[in-house]
Amino acid sequence: MASVDAKAAKEVLFGPVFANNPIALQVLGICSALAVTSKMETALVMCIALTAVTAFSNALISMIRSHIPSSIRIIVQMTIIASLVIVVDQILKAYAYEISKQLSVFVGLIITNCIVMGRAEAYAMQNGPVMSFLDGVGNGLGYSVILMIVATIRELFGSGTMFGVEILPLVTNGGWYQSNGMLLLPPSAFFIIGFFIWALRAWRTEQVEAAD
Amino acid sequence: MSNPKDSVKQTLIVAAALCLVCSVLVSGAAVLLKPTQDYNRALDRKRNILQAAGLMQSDGDIDTLFKQIEPRVVDLEKGTFVETVDAAAYDQRKASRDPKLSTGLTVDQDIAGIKRRADQASVYLVRDAAGGIQKIILPVHGYGLWSTMYGFLALDGDARTVVGFKFYQQGETPGLGGEIANPEWQAQWVGKRVLDADGRPAIQLVKGGVDPASADAVHQVDALSGATLTSNGVANLLQFWLGANGFGPFLASVREQQGGSNNG
Repeated sequence: MASVDAKAAKEVLFGPVFANNPIALQVLGICSALAVTSKMETALVMCIALTAVTAFSNALISMIRSHIPSSIRIIVQMTIIASLVIVVDQILKAYAYEISKQLSVFVGLIITNCIVMGRAEAYAMQNGPVMSFLDGVGNGLGYSVILMIVATIRELFGSGTMFGVEILPLVTNGGWYQSNGMLLLPPSAFFIIGFFIWALRAWRTEQVEAAD
Repeated sequence: MSNPKDSVKQTLIVAAALCLVCSVLVSGAAVLLKPTQDYNRALDRKRNILQAAGLMQSDGDIDTLFKQIEPRVVDLEKGTFVETVDAAAYDQRKASRDPKLSTGLTVDQDIAGIKRRADQASVYLVRDAAGGIQKIILPVHGYGLWSTMYGFLALDGDARTVVGFKFYQQGETPGLGGEIANPEWQAQWVGKRVLDADGRPAIQLVKGGVDPASADAVHQVDALSGATLTSNGVANLLQFWLGANGFGPFLASVREQQGGSNNG
């Protein structure tokens, strides 16, 4: 385990950011991407929570992968993921109470986030704990990149702020910027993610799927 | 079944060990973090009381600001202060679940859908320099469409005029009933009279906007569009908590003490 190949590690860690992005290429974890991106602050906390859960669940599952009977492997993965999510939820309630109130059920719903489960089943069951941990961090980063881009667009043009700091003074507060209310509604995230996938696939044409 | 890890015995062992480890992890986290969470919850409650009373400053320390507020406990039936209970520690929600400390409500009485009411309720007072009551903050709750909505209603010293109304815990439909948490909607309560000249609850949530020229405008607030049942829930919970089974007797005694300086 000490001799983790640096090149492979880099590939596992940064590959999911653009080359193999869980949201843009695999189109996983869309539900929370719609729900928590109307503000950058909540999106950031959600990203950290998801990255932590994916990384630690990958590492833990990888550690015991040779002992998990295949008949109950999915439920074993779920139990580990669910426990980690509860711990994360408890920590947020203790140290970021306001944000945890805003995120409400979405932290709990990390349990059902396809990215976490998908990486556990697809990567952690075959690879060592260190690489699995990195894979979890990498996929968390890939998720975070999309979430933060969507949240930046939505908060900046929807309410004229970034992390709650006013950037574009709103007409309602005596400024000049007429905010786009639609960006604060969940469907807008669909459009933004759609445009992002379009742009990414125009840049990296190998991601374009073959026509059926 | 040739692989030993797939045997029934191994399956049971893994399942049992996993459950044990995970439950220790989860309960450990819950127990260790509980004091911080309780503190946060108390802080959140104080913040909401301050916001309802209009005393919240964005950069102020909540514990310091809260010193302006005097928590008291009231006997709801008699409408008098209870001196034997530690007001700062009194937990009304817990008391309303304890049959010894609460009263079951009949269907007729229970318009707010709360089933049981604690016999003693918390109130929060803000005093002016002369020691008279300047603001009264009442905790109220009632059932909306999906959830019990918890809020604070702050009244002026006349025990009749709203100075602030805030819901801090609710699970109504986001975007529709959930708008009861919207500061803009809450702001239109300020200045409304929740009681009529005889001290009866007289607040209505009306559809289609309040006509400011109407004689009743002072008793009316815009209902939430698309959220009739939540709006009804808000009207009902006020009707209950300001009425004879709620804070009615207490508010009447406050008005009496204020020396009949009654401008209703």
